[in-house]
Amino acid sequence: MADKPTFTSEVANLLLAAEGNPLSTCIQCGTCSGSCPAAPYMEQTPRRIIAMINAGFKDDVLKTNTFWYCASCYQCTVRCPSGIDIAEAMYALKRYTMWKNQYKEGLIGPTFSETFVKTIIRSGRSYEPLLAPTYIFSYGVREFFNEALNATNLMLKGRIPILPPRIKRLANFRRMIAHIIPLGGIE
Amino acid sequence: MKEYAYFPGCSLEKIAISYHLSALETTNQLGVKLTELEDWNCCGATAYFHVDELLAYTLSARNLAMAEKIGPEVVAPCSACYKNMYFTNKHLQDDPDLADHINDALHEDDLSYSGKMIVKHLLEVFANDIGPDAIKSKVVSPLSGVKVAAYYGCQILRPRKDHEDVEQPQFFEALMAATGASPVDYPLKMTCCGGSLLLSSRPAAYGMIHNLLHEAERVEADVIATACPLCQVNLECYQQQINQEYGTHFSIPVVYFTQLIGLALGIPAKKLGFGKEFLSPMKAIEEIKNMHNQQEAIAQ
Repeated sequence: MADKPTFTSEVANLLLAAEGNPLSTCIQCGTCSGSCPAAPYMEQTPRRIIAMINAGFKDDVLKTNTFWYCASCYQCTVRCPSGIDIAEAMYALKRYTMWKNQYKEGLIGPTFSETFVKTIIRSGRSYEPLLAPTYIFSYGVREFFNEALNATNLMLKGRIPILPPRIKRLANFRRMIAHIIPLGGIE
Repeated sequence: MKEYAYFPGCSLEKIAISYHLSALETTNQLGVKLTELEDWNCCGATAYFHVDELLAYTLSARNLAMAEKIGPEVVAPCSACYKNMYFTNKHLQDDPDLADHINDALHEDDLSYSGKMIVKHLLEVFANDIGPDAIKSKVVSPLSGVKVAAYYGCQILRPRKDHEDVEQPQFFEALMAATGASPVDYPLKMTCCGGSLLLSSRPAAYGMIHNLLHEAERVEADVIATACPLCQVNLECYQQQINQEYGTHFSIPVVYFTQLIGLALGIPAKKLGFGKEFLSPMKAIEEIKNMHNQQEAIAQ
């Protein structure tokens, strides 16, 4: 019987669709961490995450906030001298933890993404007020009021719609999505 | 009149309505027609890619299929929409199995996509297809003396599409110079604004926004010009919070590049969506133009 795939190969498989080189070609130069504007807020820098994946430290990798703090700016990807698509690897790790429901507790990113996806399936277009509950209570009282004030100002300026927008051929749109993913509980 | 299929994206419907208005006004003045897709849907932003890639590609493929009915080129004004559409198009071209699978799904909406579209960002249309020279020749109200930080943000340039300079691009500055304004050297012009981290990891985004505003102040920019709704909202609408958090006194207007070009072309400010921003650049722009004109008069 074949061996169970290692964490390293699991992540490698997640990346098969991407065009970059495998993580195993990383030379640990740190260009990614040096270029990353979010690195100061990450528990492990991008360079360290790659080293940890290559060393098979699965649990330690999954419990960091690192990939959920990636803003997809691709600075690391365009600069990596080994041609690794690092931002895409961060996406792969996000998906991995979403599928396995194993993301670090207290992160807003996973719930936010899930709500966003459900909003689009429901109406075809994004609508900010439906996304607000996923984060608005998480940053303390001052931020809550700031956010409410901002939303009010935006609304007064005519920059937030009162009603959620929706596309015209919504039934077709949903059938199209169901063709890709069986919708199960969502419908 | 050259025609493009136009995919505005969710932000331009409301929160970035001034980008939408100014894009339509300026292109019209410059002899370019933007024809909106009839029933476009969300591009998937970053969130869809966190959940499922295939689904995210399908969303962009539906927009591409509708665009194909209008013409061979489609333009997106939002950087995230552009990046998603560009790479969906590329993957569909490179992978016939993926294209077949997604086309099967598109048939549910009586659509199909050949994979032959050319995807462009609105900034590229202005910089390459229209060009600074054509814009310059139509300027009636030059923005003389206005110091503009041309802020590229991330996804217009990254990931690399084909040939673009991802470290030292100059095309945005050239475009701003065509309006008569003076582009400043803004070293953080391609550093991320934090994007959706503003919602999901706020302290990180605040730090990133603070750096960008600090740098804009250091290089004495009167206004930051952006080409992406997310950059505009992050840099402008949260300046008060940044000031609160860092004890700073930033008050730097952040506007869409199409609004500045529109002003230079003599289009009334209201038609360009001015008045919907939190920090108006109009007063600063008028003062600087007057001062500049006076100085020129004295010199003569």
